[in-house]
Amino acid sequence: MVIGAIGHYIRTFLQTVSSLIWLLIDMVAEMGDHISRGRLPFRRSVFFEQGERIGLGSVPLVCMVSFFLGLTMALLTGYQLRTFGTERLVPGLITIAFWRELGPLMTGIILAARIGAAFTAELGTMTVSEEVEAIEAMGLGPLRFLVAPRLTALVLLMPALVVMSNLAALLGTYMICQISFNINGENFIDLVLDALILKDVLLGMAKSILFGLIIGLIACYSGLTVKGGAAGVGTATTQSVVLTITTVIGIDTFLNMLQVNVLNN
Amino acid sequence: MAAASPSPGATRRETPPAGDQPLVRLEDVVLRFGEKTVLDGISFTVGKGERLVVMGQSGGGKSTLLRLVMGILRPTSGHVYFDGTDVARLTRRQLNSMRARLGMVYQYSALISSLTVRDNLALPLEELTEKSTRDIDTMILERLAAVDMSGSEDKMPSELSGGMRKRIGLARALMLEPELILYDEPSAGLDPVTSSVIDELIIDTSARTKSSAIIVTHEMESAFRIATRMVMLYQGKVIADDSPDEFRNSSNEVVAQFVSGSTHGPIGEAAHQRK
Repeated sequence: MVIGAIGHYIRTFLQTVSSLIWLLIDMVAEMGDHISRGRLPFRRSVFFEQGERIGLGSVPLVCMVSFFLGLTMALLTGYQLRTFGTERLVPGLITIAFWRELGPLMTGIILAARIGAAFTAELGTMTVSEEVEAIEAMGLGPLRFLVAPRLTALVLLMPALVVMSNLAALLGTYMICQISFNINGENFIDLVLDALILKDVLLGMAKSILFGLIIGLIACYSGLTVKGGAAGVGTATTQSVVLTITTVIGIDTFLNMLQVNVLNN
Repeated sequence: MAAASPSPGATRRETPPAGDQPLVRLEDVVLRFGEKTVLDGISFTVGKGERLVVMGQSGGGKSTLLRLVMGILRPTSGHVYFDGTDVARLTRRQLNSMRARLGMVYQYSALISSLTVRDNLALPLEELTEKSTRDIDTMILERLAAVDMSGSEDKMPSELSGGMRKRIGLARALMLEPELILYDEPSAGLDPVTSSVIDELIIDTSARTKSSAIIVTHEMESAFRIATRMVMLYQGKVIADDSPDEFRNSSNEVVAQFVSGSTHGPIGEAAHQRK
């Protein structure tokens, strides 16, 4: 019975992964068809509309969460490090933590909840009201028309949001360093720049792009496969948020293990 | 005009004259969802300019039939031909080109809720043709006038009544001047007057654009008003394929019961046995 249940979960997992890959392949193929007719792959207006929602709309939340997280981390680690007289390590510690790890992770979780849920609910409602089928019936290619602008905007804007998240966290850290640990602005910038290395920045950006792709794919797939009317949309939205957050954290952990055990050797 | 190969026991129509190729031809189509057989060896044709009404019980596979014609679903076995081409064998690009020759009017209109009426109508033209904005706007005004909805360009679908949305749905289906229009329950849920208006629009559209139509409905009054030919689905099979007059006077017990709306007859008994 246990083996049967494990088998069922593995099969469901593999089916979902293959469906996501096929969704991406079909979307690219539909875009290719449209481009080969000398047209833009998707509507500019939809892309900018989504960009505004994902980018501008998420900036306040991403910055606020990161600011307070940076502030709290600086406060807690600073007081511990002060015992050893090493509180000057705080700016570097927060810099490495955010640029390599927490920036992409926090932004990914926030966007999974805020944008992933919106994508699933929106596309799910369109699916149950037959709007998606109508787009398909007109020969417009629903993946190109609906998924591509959302996914592209998300993937392109994730790195920008991660940079804003990192800067907001450093601002919070700076305030604590100034108030509690007597590290002035000039010193703070020197300590941050000393800790900041290109490899961490690039890894953080690569992670953010990957997280954007994962969140977009899972959220859109969940929306396009909704069944069962309004209740189905609600269930799919909840499942989509849980799945995207879990996947982002899971992949982040895996990448960290890979980085520590393979890339750093 | 069109031929059919209905199931054993079904009334047979005459074969079309040689060279008069039907626009749509279903050949022994079987469709199964898991264990459930929805369509079980369906065969019929739709000729050019013909208005075929498909009738049958709720959940009997009528709307599924339209999705097969559009290539949204693929038959488990058998073939669906549009203008002589097997729909299941088309590539994605060919399928989209074929779909541009079809128009679909949905039961609940399926207008894109985030777009205005103008943008809904402009969508297929902007995406699939090279027409200028001025030409598109002219066509939109023409189509809206044809469905008696002039002046509604800037309205959102949520601001329209059910009957209005149906008319806009029809106008959208007409934007690419399709050769075949598929109607899924066009008069369901409408009051008798609005229902008659929609029926007349379907007849006018077919006559004016010389397009063919497949209309799925179980509203008997509408069906007899619109149809040039009627097909009845029962338990996944075509049990009758006749002209409206022949249909009205059919000796087939199932057809007679369906037309009269009687609760006594084979339809109720079959349902009772299934329980």
